[in-house]
Amino acid sequence: MIKTWQRFKASYLLFSFKQDKTAIFSFVVLLALLVTGLLAPVFSPYDPYDPANIDIMNSELPPAWMEEGEKAFMLGTDIQGRDLLSTMIYGLRLSILIGCGAVILQGVLGVVVGLLAGYLGGKIDAVLMRVADIQLSFPYLMVAIFISAIFQVAFGIGQYEDLAVPLLIVIIGLSEWPVYARTVRASVMGEKNKEYVEAARVIGLNRWRIMFRHVLPNTMTSVLVISTIQVANAIMSEAALSFLGLGMPVTKPSLGSLIRSGFEYIFSGSWWITLFPGVFLVLLVMVINLLGDWLRDVLNPKLYKG
Amino acid sequence: MQHLLEVNDLEVKFGLRFGDLTAINGISFSLDKSERMGLVGESGAGKSVTGFAIINLISKPGFISGGRVMFNGRDLTALSDEAMRDIRGNHISMIFQDPMMTLNPVLTIGTQMVETLLAHRSITRTEAKSIALEKLKKVQIPSPEKRLAQYPHEFSGGMRQRIVIAIALLTDPEIVIADEPTTALDVVSQVTEKIAVMYAGKIVESGPTDQVVNDPKHPYTQGLIKALPGSLQPGAKLNQIPGMMPTLTDIPPGCAFNPRCPLSDTICRQQEPPFIIINGATRRVACHMAKPDPSNGTT
Amino acid sequence: MTSDENGLLALKQVVKHFDISGGLLDQLRLEKGKITRHRTTVKAVNNVSFTIAPGETFSVVGESGCGKSTLARTTLGIYPPNSGKILYRGERIDNKNAQQMLPFRRKMQMIFQDPYASLNPRKTVMQTLEEPVVFHNPSISSGQVKDRVAAVMSNVGVDPKWAGRYPHEFSGGQRQRISIARALMVDPEFIVADEPVSALDVSIQAQILNLLMEAQEQRGLTYMFITHDLSVVEHISTRVAVMYLGTLCELSPAKALFNSPRHPYTQALLSAIPKLGRKKSGHIKLKGEVPTPINLPTGCVFHGRCIHADQRCVEEIPEERTVENKVSVACHGVEEGRI
Repeated sequence: MIKTWQRFKASYLLFSFKQDKTAIFSFVVLLALLVTGLLAPVFSPYDPYDPANIDIMNSELPPAWMEEGEKAFMLGTDIQGRDLLSTMIYGLRLSILIGCGAVILQGVLGVVVGLLAGYLGGKIDAVLMRVADIQLSFPYLMVAIFISAIFQVAFGIGQYEDLAVPLLIVIIGLSEWPVYARTVRASVMGEKNKEYVEAARVIGLNRWRIMFRHVLPNTMTSVLVISTIQVANAIMSEAALSFLGLGMPVTKPSLGSLIRSGFEYIFSGSWWITLFPGVFLVLLVMVINLLGDWLRDVLNPKLYKG
Repeated sequence: MQHLLEVNDLEVKFGLRFGDLTAINGISFSLDKSERMGLVGESGAGKSVTGFAIINLISKPGFISGGRVMFNGRDLTALSDEAMRDIRGNHISMIFQDPMMTLNPVLTIGTQMVETLLAHRSITRTEAKSIALEKLKKVQIPSPEKRLAQYPHEFSGGMRQRIVIAIALLTDPEIVIADEPTTALDVVSQVTEKIAVMYAGKIVESGPTDQVVNDPKHPYTQGLIKALPGSLQPGAKLNQIPGMMPTLTDIPPGCAFNPRCPLSDTICRQQEPPFIIINGATRRVACHMAKPDPSNGTT
Repeated sequence: MTSDENGLLALKQVVKHFDISGGLLDQLRLEKGKITRHRTTVKAVNNVSFTIAPGETFSVVGESGCGKSTLARTTLGIYPPNSGKILYRGERIDNKNAQQMLPFRRKMQMIFQDPYASLNPRKTVMQTLEEPVVFHNPSISSGQVKDRVAAVMSNVGVDPKWAGRYPHEFSGGQRQRISIARALMVDPEFIVADEPVSALDVSIQAQILNLLMEAQEQRGLTYMFITHDLSVVEHISTRVAVMYLGTLCELSPAKALFNSPRHPYTQALLSAIPKLGRKKSGHIKLKGEVPTPINLPTGCVFHGRCIHADQRCVEEIPEERTVENKVSVACHGVEEGRI
């Protein structure tokens, strides 16, 4: 453990991180957002899910510094009278949760499929990659509409509220796994002809062990790089679905559903309900993408060898 | 007499996060018209860097930190990018270790050769094509007319290397620098008139090829030659030089070869050896243990 | 006794072709208004037979692309042969499944050319070296494994205290030592070395060759040595097989081969050996280019470049014939006494 830490301290990764102001800034902002989101009950002034905290009389209050604002609600309130800041922090948590969950799902699916297709090749490769192509040719919105329609018919709308998070994870996860599968497959095809893989075969290791213990770890760099971009994408997808009313319900709003709920009132002057969650979302996605860009530059072996 | 190429005290450094590393530490040699010189040494000794430094193509974080490269009386290290492009295009060519570094995989070799010519000379496309054909014939590519329309991947490894040579000869350069990946001492000894042996960024011995190979003066050259399998009875233990060449970060003080040297003494660990001239100025050796000619002193 | 006449390892009429025609759509071609299906195969190894005796160093030489690396990998079962037999101590191994092959995997190991690609960059030296031992002896204690790794590491000249390091922390020569250590971990009898010193510098090359010769002496190893470096071959081999375009043209004891090469190709190859300090002389220049292994020439594969070729060479594939004491040559000219 200590050794790993020392190795990390001397690594090129940390060195180039310290050189890059954008990376440091993004990392700090992301860390702050993650901590705030994950510890939402600690940081938010109110619990927006608790009906006892909500008073309809407080609805659509502007931010505290405006004339009609109240000190108790720093960023104002939404249409139902919930404190906007608290709702946003809880929404941030949901967005991060769904984003990461969806990426883990697509990652696991995609990595396994890509590894099998790339290493085994032949017919298995052809079949798996055609499935991936078909999957990619379905817009995820369509998949989302299908799945949520089927779901609502099967379980009823009442259940939907409780199961919305796992459902969204599945929808976004399923629609994007081919991105991983393609990347991993390409990287596996490059690795599998290297001599260390032949050495493993000469030792007599079976193909599963070679695939998962030898080849897989060597494709992880590219997986890591696309994962950052995929997390940002998944958060955006969730926001888009919620904005269209296919995502999180208003009672448990994610950033996307907050933007949507505010959007209906934007012309009546309540701009803050849309603007603040929107800024939050942009900030979150932007820092993830900036970090991803930096990571790609650092880990790209071609640039690295220079 | 002016030499065609004269490298004087050339020094190349690499600026890294923990300071500058010296890759080439003050090397000097000269090359006359139609002379063939071999620069030999193990990988990492600085042969390729020397080649790149001559044509001023050291890429960042490397830079030429001292010395001069005189070509026809001009210092190449001080030339503008524009002037340097002309030198590289018309006067000094380089053949790289990997043919695919020179060849563009998506263009036919005809296109590549013609474009190279058109970029450096004011001639017509037809004239350029006939020059390209002539050069391909020169490197013995069979049916060159057909070959011009082919892509690099359609050639075998050996043919590709020949095409790269043809491209290097395209503009009739005065100097061709050929970069090899390993220590092909036996090959170099057959085709060159003089030789310079490099170790850890310095030339340790130089002189006429037959003299250096048949009577090496530096313990490193001696070790290299004795390590060749051809010089012994089959099956006998080969003479190996113990250890390995230091990396640029840990070059020992004194003579860089001293930890591997059988003759190493206290002075070798403390002082960098000066060049000793032997055989009437044709041979130079940087070794404390080498005996100078009685007639000459040290430089 | 079959195991005697088959030596340690025997190849009998081994053929290895690779189908590179791709998917069905890539194979279809339009010809004279008809759609036809074309298959492209690389004929890497054609009808190769030889026997390796225990304890010898059997070298396979040839230019790059002649199929010698494919031959090495086919011998070890990395590629299954298209036809022919491979026997180890008289037992056929080319038709065994992975499970049945396991006992043979402990006996046969391989050393690779590229010291940078042959070690898994994500595994420490310890992990790389212990894997074969643990895999073949699941009941071995971790203390025993560590001792074994340390012993083999010092055996190949790498300090055992570096076992926790990753491959990128070592130089090319040290990596090649680690690669040799991995092969030695299971105590094999037979090692295929595919160009083990071609990527190394002269001074390191000598160290590795000495190490290989020492290991052979200590452990009674048998080597199949694949290389294009003829001075290395002359130095270490007991017998030499010369390969051209996937076919063996000459197989002789090393001394006989270097003293009096018989096959015109061997003669040309040997005339090109650079000797230190000697100017080029008597280099036999071959006409033409090496044909591709996709469209093999008819008859003798060498006929297009051979100055002695006649009509028979164009039409008939020469067979391997013993010329004299242990020297066998596949050449019509030698057989007819023309060469």
